[in-house]
Amino acid sequence: MGIQFNDETFHKDYTYRNSPAGIKRFPFPFPEDDYMYSVNIEPHVPGREGSVFEHTFDVDEHYVSEMRDRARVLADDPLRCQSLPHMTLAGWDLLELIMESKARDYPDMFQLTKNGDRWHWVNKPLGIDDTFTFLDETTLPYGPMEYITRQAQGDFTLQDQRDDNLWIEAGMVTSQADWSLDFDIGMSFHEWHAPVPLAGGMGIFDRALKFLLKLQYGAPVRRFNWTMTVDPLLDTSPENYHKWGPSKATLTPDTVGRRQHLRVELQTLYRLPRSNAIVFPIRCYLISFQDLVTVPKWGRRLHRVLQTLPEELAEYKGFARNRQMLTDWLAQYDDGSPTSPGWWAD
Amino acid sequence: MSAGATRFPAIVAEVTEINNLIKTFRFVREDGAEVPPFSGGSHIVVEMDDDGTRRLNPYSLMSDPADTGGYSISVRREDGGRGGSRFMHTRVKPGMTMTISYPVNLFPIDGRAKKHLLLAGGIGITPFMAHMAQLSERNQIFELHYGAASRAVGQFGDRLRKHYGDRIHLYYDDEGTMMDLPSLLRGQPAGTHLYVCGPKGMINAVMKIAREAGWPRGALHSEEFLAPPVGLPFEVELANSGKTVQVGAAQSLLEAIEAAGVNAPYLCRGGACGQCECEVAAVDGEIEHNDHWLTPEEKASNSKIMPCVSRFKGQRLVLNL
Ligand code: HEM
Ligand code: FES
Repeated sequence: MGIQFNDETFHKDYTYRNSPAGIKRFPFPFPEDDYMYSVNIEPHVPGREGSVFEHTFDVDEHYVSEMRDRARVLADDPLRCQSLPHMTLAGWDLLELIMESKARDYPDMFQLTKNGDRWHWVNKPLGIDDTFTFLDETTLPYGPMEYITRQAQGDFTLQDQRDDNLWIEAGMVTSQADWSLDFDIGMSFHEWHAPVPLAGGMGIFDRALKFLLKLQYGAPVRRFNWTMTVDPLLDTSPENYHKWGPSKATLTPDTVGRRQHLRVELQTLYRLPRSNAIVFPIRCYLISFQDLVTVPKWGRRLHRVLQTLPEELAEYKGFARNRQMLTDWLAQYDDGSPTSPGWWAD
Repeated sequence: MSAGATRFPAIVAEVTEINNLIKTFRFVREDGAEVPPFSGGSHIVVEMDDDGTRRLNPYSLMSDPADTGGYSISVRREDGGRGGSRFMHTRVKPGMTMTISYPVNLFPIDGRAKKHLLLAGGIGITPFMAHMAQLSERNQIFELHYGAASRAVGQFGDRLRKHYGDRIHLYYDDEGTMMDLPSLLRGQPAGTHLYVCGPKGMINAVMKIAREAGWPRGALHSEEFLAPPVGLPFEVELANSGKTVQVGAAQSLLEAIEAAGVNAPYLCRGGACGQCECEVAAVDGEIEHNDHWLTPEEKASNSKIMPCVSRFKGQRLVLNL
């Protein structure tokens, strides 16, 4: 197999690490030296070889450990995975999309053989070898969405489309940036975005919704979002805030490099064919500040972004209290020289 | 953003004459691969090269969405139309290669409904054929009421009856059987969603009776594809691309813009989806708004136009395109 999977944890002793190759391919999300919300949507087409855009669903060195972490979170709180009854067909659509993409993009690790409705799925990294009947839930150990998203990195939400709106009505959410599926389920696009500052007034959600209602099968799109996380914890959920929230207060100038992580979400959106629903995969990538500054352009740029970021965004993203400490630390890596446009390392 | 949905070349595998007005066409992929699955209510756009005039017409998919071997559509010949349906009837033969789009759904079912009440008039039956295949596969409760001019014209009815039994109710004008809409719409269990597809008069009548009977707005769904109407030729200036375009009598504004080499957005080409909405930079004359998209206020203000179906009469029209 082409990928060496790490054996690592996302809680307690936090042994999560990016390899040098992992750092190099990290999706640094800032194309410029400052940041503000925008309708930053572009076609999700295959990108540079080796980058996180190379394949439809990126599988990386953290795959096996992330799936173990998901199983742990679900065992503690089954409500992280929910699907309203009318969303089952969308779950099958998602299962098909992920299986076909992975089997096509990583044939050495994943294999899908179809014999009419009888499908044979092999997932070598996780040691899964199952035969089931497509569209027959009784032949799978879980519902179709849960079955496949226990084998796919990142969170997933499924939106039904009706009344000119999108409704979040199913999801697998165990690696979220402080929002709750159990709270949001059943809400419409503007309702679940209500906590976001400034963007609503800028018309961003109106335009994004209008665009998504016309999203077409075969033409997926992507966008980035980002935030900050102390310690490489995937499950920064409101349900568990008492466990991770206090860690922000224990950050010190000496530990910023090791403990503070930039958290980047590569979000994609696909129209699903049989259900007409939309799936929203939210793939989370974490990088420690000390690893990030090994790419000089990224260190300089992140310093400038954090310096000029509107206070509302720092508040909302939950790092206002440490903002000064972070910019002070990053200042050592900003010599004031210009940065090239775009996010690729120089 | 490129115009329209992704397109691909398809071979016409079969042409079946249902009666002297309706033909069914089956498309398969040129490379023999499967076509993308779709959801009931979807349409595709079929491209025609009508002796140098490029026509793109939307047609509802009537085949079973689970059947990825190909797509089927039905076309009713409209002799007074612009020529698209005539082209399909007289020029399209088995073995021909045509370009078709991926399916787009502007008429989906509401999966939460306890029951689906489907009302079809004439060729408006086609999206429901795909819906019913999907609904019965998912064990959902539905009922179809289908009205046509005569048994001869409404031949799909017998086929559906055989397949779905007493869930299918047929009405023929020449036999004097008519849908009793008021009692039908009053006698439905709570949680029923209503879907109507057919001629404008039928849709309006159904919607009016449903509203009077107190149906919630969110439970009413309709689809009416407009064929772009013919009209007088006119001229339009495109401010951004600096072109002046002549729109022929049997051509839509959108087609004329495309023929001039300007890439304008669209999806349905039938005034329903909103994708082609375009700002009017200047107007001296009268815009004939033929779409279902703009609000009455927007139409009255003449600040926007839907080039897929709307036309113009007057001195000067300038669009931000
Ligand atoms: C159907 C797809 C989408 C889903 C399910 C979704 C869901 C969410 C959720 C749950 C949040 C967190 C809100 C909270 O604090 O509780 C959020 C934040 C946000 N969303 Fe979306 N979203 C979607 C699409 C989009 C799109 C297309 C845009 C494009 C502009 C967008 C822009 C944002 C922004 C700017 C934030 C604030 C993020 C931050 O600063 O960390 N969303 N979204
Ligand atoms: S293309 Fe759909 S309204 Fe014009």
